[in-house]
Amino acid sequence: MMLLWMLAIPFMAGMLAGVFGQSSSPFWRDRAPRWLALGALAVDFVLGLISWLSAARSPFLRHRHWLLQLDWNWMPRFGIRFHLAMDGLSLLLLMLTFFLGMVSVLVSWNEIRERVGFFHLNLLWVLAGITGVFLAMDLFLFYFVWELMLVPMFFLIALWGHERRRYASVKFFIFTQLSGLLMLVAILALVFAHRAATGVMTFEYRALLATPLSSTAAWWIMLGFFIAFAVKLPAIPVHTWLPDAHTEAPTAGSVVLAGLMLKTGAYGLLRFALPLFPSVSRQFAPFAMALAVAGILYGGILAFGQTDFKRLVAYTSVSHLGFVLLGIYAWNALALNGAVVTMIAHGISTGALFVIAGLLQQRMHTREMGRMGGLWDVMPRLSGAALFFALGSLGLPGLGDFVGEFLVLLGAWPVSRWLAVLAAAGVLVATFYALRLVQRAFHGPNEQAWKLPDLRRIETLMLAPMIVALLWLGLFPRPVLTAVAPALGYLQSLGKPGILRSDRLANLGVPPRGIALFRPGSALVPPVLFRNIPVARVQALRLQGRAPRPKGGKLR
Amino acid sequence: MTASDALALLPWIVLAATAIVVMMGIAFRRRHGLTLGLSLAGLVASLVSLYLAAPLAPRQVTPLLVVDRYSLFFFGLLVAAELVIVILLYDYLGRQEGPREELYLLSLIATLGGAVLVASTHFASFFLGLEMMSVSLYAMIAYLGPRRLSLEAGVKYLVLAAASAAFLLFGIALIYAALGTLAFNRFAAALAAVPGHAALANTSMLAAGVALVLTGIGFKMAVAPFHLWTPDVYQGAAAPVTAWISTLSKGAIVALLLRFLLSFHAAHRGILLVVSLIAIASMIVGNLLALLQDNVKRILAYSSIAHMGYLLVAVLAALRAGNPQLAIEAAAFYLVAYFLTTLAAFGVIGALSNSSGEPELVDDYRGLFWRRPAVATVFVFSLFSLAGIPATAGFIGKYYLVAAGASVAVWTPVIVLVASSVIGLFYYLRIVMTLFATPDPLPRAFSGRITPWSGVVLGVMLAGLVWLGFDPNPMIRLLHSLPPL
Repeated sequence: MMLLWMLAIPFMAGMLAGVFGQSSSPFWRDRAPRWLALGALAVDFVLGLISWLSAARSPFLRHRHWLLQLDWNWMPRFGIRFHLAMDGLSLLLLMLTFFLGMVSVLVSWNEIRERVGFFHLNLLWVLAGITGVFLAMDLFLFYFVWELMLVPMFFLIALWGHERRRYASVKFFIFTQLSGLLMLVAILALVFAHRAATGVMTFEYRALLATPLSSTAAWWIMLGFFIAFAVKLPAIPVHTWLPDAHTEAPTAGSVVLAGLMLKTGAYGLLRFALPLFPSVSRQFAPFAMALAVAGILYGGILAFGQTDFKRLVAYTSVSHLGFVLLGIYAWNALALNGAVVTMIAHGISTGALFVIAGLLQQRMHTREMGRMGGLWDVMPRLSGAALFFALGSLGLPGLGDFVGEFLVLLGAWPVSRWLAVLAAAGVLVATFYALRLVQRAFHGPNEQAWKLPDLRRIETLMLAPMIVALLWLGLFPRPVLTAVAPALGYLQSLGKPGILRSDRLANLGVPPRGIALFRPGSALVPPVLFRNIPVARVQALRLQGRAPRPKGGKLR
Repeated sequence: MTASDALALLPWIVLAATAIVVMMGIAFRRRHGLTLGLSLAGLVASLVSLYLAAPLAPRQVTPLLVVDRYSLFFFGLLVAAELVIVILLYDYLGRQEGPREELYLLSLIATLGGAVLVASTHFASFFLGLEMMSVSLYAMIAYLGPRRLSLEAGVKYLVLAAASAAFLLFGIALIYAALGTLAFNRFAAALAAVPGHAALANTSMLAAGVALVLTGIGFKMAVAPFHLWTPDVYQGAAAPVTAWISTLSKGAIVALLLRFLLSFHAAHRGILLVVSLIAIASMIVGNLLALLQDNVKRILAYSSIAHMGYLLVAVLAALRAGNPQLAIEAAAFYLVAYFLTTLAAFGVIGALSNSSGEPELVDDYRGLFWRRPAVATVFVFSLFSLAGIPATAGFIGKYYLVAAGASVAVWTPVIVLVASSVIGLFYYLRIVMTLFATPDPLPRAFSGRITPWSGVVLGVMLAGLVWLGFDPNPMIRLLHSLPPL
């Protein structure tokens, strides 16, 4: 039931906010929706925290894949169920959702002054949709919420966005809708293939995992899923909606887009594309990794060339999410953990950079870095925060992004040295764009003679937890890695030795050389990271015909 | 004709009687409210009488009509839609000058024509029903005479409908020549009895006949390439009449199309090809041409062309499938969703109209959400339902179509459906964005109060759209119980 509440609270609060927005009294119209939204998300955050803590205190988390479930009949005619389930991966992403949700309410506190009720309705509904995406275990339900989260996002961009909001919102909607419909066709093809093989029509995730498919069919269906998730992620040829949407959206919209909506693509790959089609995904992995590296470099180089603060940050997302894609398809313990950490760290650091862009825009009414400069003297606290998050974005050790990207590179190295080297060059590019951002906006002479207020109390209140979270992720990522271990362990068990050379290395008892920090058992890498290696070893032996076949890759 | 035959036909008889009573009522007393009351009472009575007829189904009543669950379902759908349109008409005509009562009479007769179509198993009843509908429509379209566009639309419809009826008759003649029967349920047997030697000649004559009949049906459905009349007629007719054309007239003919094509049991390859070409052409033409329009009614006209193309995917699936159950369900569900959506959309247009005209241009809707949030919400949901966004009936409908197509692997039309419905998003979103745009400081022409009649009807449509979007189970169960044709 707790899962249902997580969905229902923001949904109902959004409805209420919309109703309040129609009121004529200024309190109900302009203030009540904000408090309502904040309260609803805080309740959800606490719910998430409760389930995390209760799971972490018992040995529960280590032994069971699914922490919470809710399974109701929905449309029996098609075997469609209202099935929600939460594992460690969902839980982490949900915590991120509620956290960034609160941040987006706070950042809109002074920015959004018109149609406050309707704004918060859309904001809360988008968050409810994202919550649904992270929880849905029925493919129909997944598609339902996947599409549903687009509509309020479209309104957020179209109504409260900047100058080119119409263009950006329509482009965003069309890209994501087309890819979503492709996914619907792929889902149906999978479901009917399952029906043809077993005589049962079902959209249930766990039932479909075992669908026998011819390799041609599996390729096509997998591509349908991959394209849908690649557009969201975004991977390189289909990323063009992102800079427009991120730049034109209001600050809260950018935070939600970059921090959360991109993660739904990565989540979809981890939850659906890889487990449903393990063998063709393995064949596809080199292409996906090449796309990922192309995205890392391309996004980074384009970010370097931007003059618009928000657009620059938007392109860095293409680059960072390239690391996530690389980590997912490198498909070994290190890389998968790295991908998850990057997802969360990117959500926080890029979300924060968008918040800072929003604060600057509120004060200066421009996003052009050419008109900034010398802001450090004017707004030391805001500039300091910006520097902190820019350093996070360039991968400074000690901050979350570093841990994630480093693990990804480490995991990618044994799979493909060339790609790992190129991706590492992406980290170098990140240094350029991040430092250029700080240098052009905050250093140098204050040519425009800006006189601006520094961070207000509410703004400090908003950025401080983000700083703490990024440091925590950078210095002590263990709770995060422990939480996702069962989910990633399962994924990893689907990998095969050809790709998991790193695991063979690890099996020989050789930790990655020269990096004491990353030895199993060190502060950075909990033993649980390497816990699943025996599975891989069994598979290796199995492929050589020396081990009995286990009973198939069932979920625990 | 026995007593139980008459009982089975009771809904049809009540509907016909309603038309007669309304006509007499107008002859004796020309009162707007009275006419509405009589029409409503008759329509409700015929809906109630469905419960009396249902236990007798399935039953062939005369060689012309069949009363089975399928025809009863579509009868109920048509009459319910007519009920809604009559209420919208009352509201709409209340703001117009001149005689108004005949429009009710005409729409009742046209509904009767549609009701005959959904039950017909014979070319004679098919043609009778079709003409009953068409002839009433000529007058309905041109009814609000002084407006030049309605007259033009009426004449256009008259000429093209007459031409298509000629094609249809020729097609019927060819089929009769090939098979020697006019009754749908003898087609399969007649086809099987054709001796081997003459089979080729007969089947190609048969195929030509079926193609010509499809031309006549295609005209009524307004699918490409028989769609040319649609935008002009949609624009020229009064909003409730446009709603009638786009719902009842199309729904009735789709019901007939399924019964007609499935009566051959084994579909000719050429016919499959023709249907899928028509489907693909309609989806592409409808969605592309809608992009060029500035008039909301014309946009909805082109969008309806595309939607009929989507629907043909289900027809195609029904023809390909060994068991057409899922495809028939899909088509029927899509029609229900489409009815709700279209009635809501034209209901909004009609409800906002005044004596000087209707809000036709996209710009007439600028900022409507901030002035009339409730009406605009109905419009937004209906546009989203047309676009197939989740949480609306249109989404479940589109899901059903794609599922039906995927179940028999007709991938080309399914992919075209998906791709072209993305094109459709452009113009639906354009209207939606206009609804939410910042309103002009000038007072707009179309922002009058919504009367309670329209308010209630629009509210019911909205509730239906959202309810079917979240919990379609009751409707699915109902459709699942329809017999395979």
